[in-house]
Amino acid sequence: MQRLARRALSSMFLLMAFLSWGPARAALTIEIIGGGAQQIPVAIVPFAQEAGLPQQITPVVGADLARSGLFRLVDPAGASLSEPAQVIYADWRGRGADALVIGSVNRLADGRFEVRFRLLDVAKQSQLAGFAYTVTAGQLRVTAHRIADVIYEKLTGDQGVFSTRIAYVAKQGSRYELQVADADGANAQTIVASNEPIISPAWSPDATRLAYVSFEHKKPVVYVQSLLTGQRHAIANFRGSNSAPAWSPDGTRLAVVLTLMGNSQIYLINGDGTGLTRLTNTSAIDTEPYFSPDGQSILFTSDRGGGPQIYRMPVAGGAAERLTFEGTYNVSPRYSPDGKSFVFVQRNGGHFNVAVQDLATRQVQLLTENPLDESPSFAPNGRMILYASEVRGRGILAAVSSDGRVKQRLSAQAGDVREPAWGPLVKSQ
Amino acid sequence: MRSIALSVMLVSLLAACAGQQTKEQAGAAVEERAPGARPAEQAKPAETRPLTTQPVAVNPLKDPGNILSKRSVYYDFDSFVIKDEYKAIVEVHARYLRDNPRAKVLLQGNADERGSREYNLALGQKRAESVKKAMELLGVQDRRMEAVSLGEEKPRALGHDEPSWAENRRSDIVYDGE
Repeated sequence: MQRLARRALSSMFLLMAFLSWGPARAALTIEIIGGGAQQIPVAIVPFAQEAGLPQQITPVVGADLARSGLFRLVDPAGASLSEPAQVIYADWRGRGADALVIGSVNRLADGRFEVRFRLLDVAKQSQLAGFAYTVTAGQLRVTAHRIADVIYEKLTGDQGVFSTRIAYVAKQGSRYELQVADADGANAQTIVASNEPIISPAWSPDATRLAYVSFEHKKPVVYVQSLLTGQRHAIANFRGSNSAPAWSPDGTRLAVVLTLMGNSQIYLINGDGTGLTRLTNTSAIDTEPYFSPDGQSILFTSDRGGGPQIYRMPVAGGAAERLTFEGTYNVSPRYSPDGKSFVFVQRNGGHFNVAVQDLATRQVQLLTENPLDESPSFAPNGRMILYASEVRGRGILAAVSSDGRVKQRLSAQAGDVREPAWGPLVKSQ
Repeated sequence: MRSIALSVMLVSLLAACAGQQTKEQAGAAVEERAPGARPAEQAKPAETRPLTTQPVAVNPLKDPGNILSKRSVYYDFDSFVIKDEYKAIVEVHARYLRDNPRAKVLLQGNADERGSREYNLALGQKRAESVKKAMELLGVQDRRMEAVSLGEEKPRALGHDEPSWAENRRSDIVYDGE
């Protein structure tokens, strides 16, 4: 029985010849537009022996911290030190630094590198954190992001997300590329390329797979692709349209939208394409499902009340509850990582903007004021929201802090970027 | 337990079938030449082209003088109701499908660029579905039509204004093999 099911499944496996896998041609560049109210002053001394490295550490750490909008970089002004014994705290207090980062990089006999760093509290004259990493040359950049994560966590109390990745679709002419990049836009890799549209990328909770919708067969079909092997298969290729994939928090199944009965309805399906069950049962549009962090409920968009509004229903089935009441067009809901609020897109006049609604108080806060914002997704620490926007007719990615204060813009050198999805935290080894 | 396993398998098989069906549609080159098209042929203006360079038999689906070459149905903003002026197009294609039992169609719904991509995909589906339902009422079997949506992803008009948006609120009738 099981073998039969598996054979039926394997016939769904497709690997198209025109699909490619490799480094993307254009990197994203980041521009920071606002800043936090109180910024923590941090001095980062260039790490000893990092000057000749293929990838220096401290510029990446500094850029990460500055980009968050929560830190102000204090000029180390030619300081050269790598051990706590060398630190004269009064000097750093005089330069206005609350925290000091020092470290070193040593090339080992086997060609790898030992990266040591310490985060020091200038006022208390004590160490807040200190780690040593043994890494290859190729891991130097990710190590810099890890160090920035530690500093961020120690100084703000929130988890750092600098070593996470983002996925998005880059469009140049009639070519669509699903790309994955570091959270700072560096290291962009093309996961799949096509001459037909690709939309709605969704990260598996373990960050090893992406689900997405491809139009390569003249209609939308949902694929799941491994980021480790590049292998992909259609998990929803039913009669009609297949779209809007969302992973359950345990990574075993997905919510997808199918049109088996004509209208768009939400179904649950296992990650291997088996076990299809229908979740919504209306004659309206039900789409854009998104699991709550505890896996118990689903947020979605429905026009059952006339226009599109956001609803919540139990994953086990049952009645749906309407959550949005302001305005006539509220779409694209996504839970915050703590499950206490959700981000969505609201139409105001002719504008489409990113807003957050608190689930307990039902209070709505508008976070952006551009003409055309869409596809918002939370960073895994809940502090930033990544979304798609448009500047002078070109698609760009932008991020806004969940309090609306800090804004960033990520744009490619050419073409459009759209459909961003912020990847999950990856457990460091 | 057994029935669960069975239904799982059935769903998998259905999925496999659906996949194959799509692949065939994409790959097969079907030339529809049918008797039902002849009256329309005769209604055309007299030929003035040299006989040597053009084949005599013209595919009615591609003949600009034949209403069957019209494939698009347009909609008002946020609507999926087929307007009166497009009903004749739906009727003539329904008749063609009745007269040509081997012909199959893909009905592709489209939406303008404003708003959520996934919601627009669902709106495009409603539009494609409206054409499918109309054709069903005109006697075309369900199995010969597949309603799908391209949402806002394949705009025919690229402007960011009402004329472009109107052009993109559309369903297209695409024959198998085209």
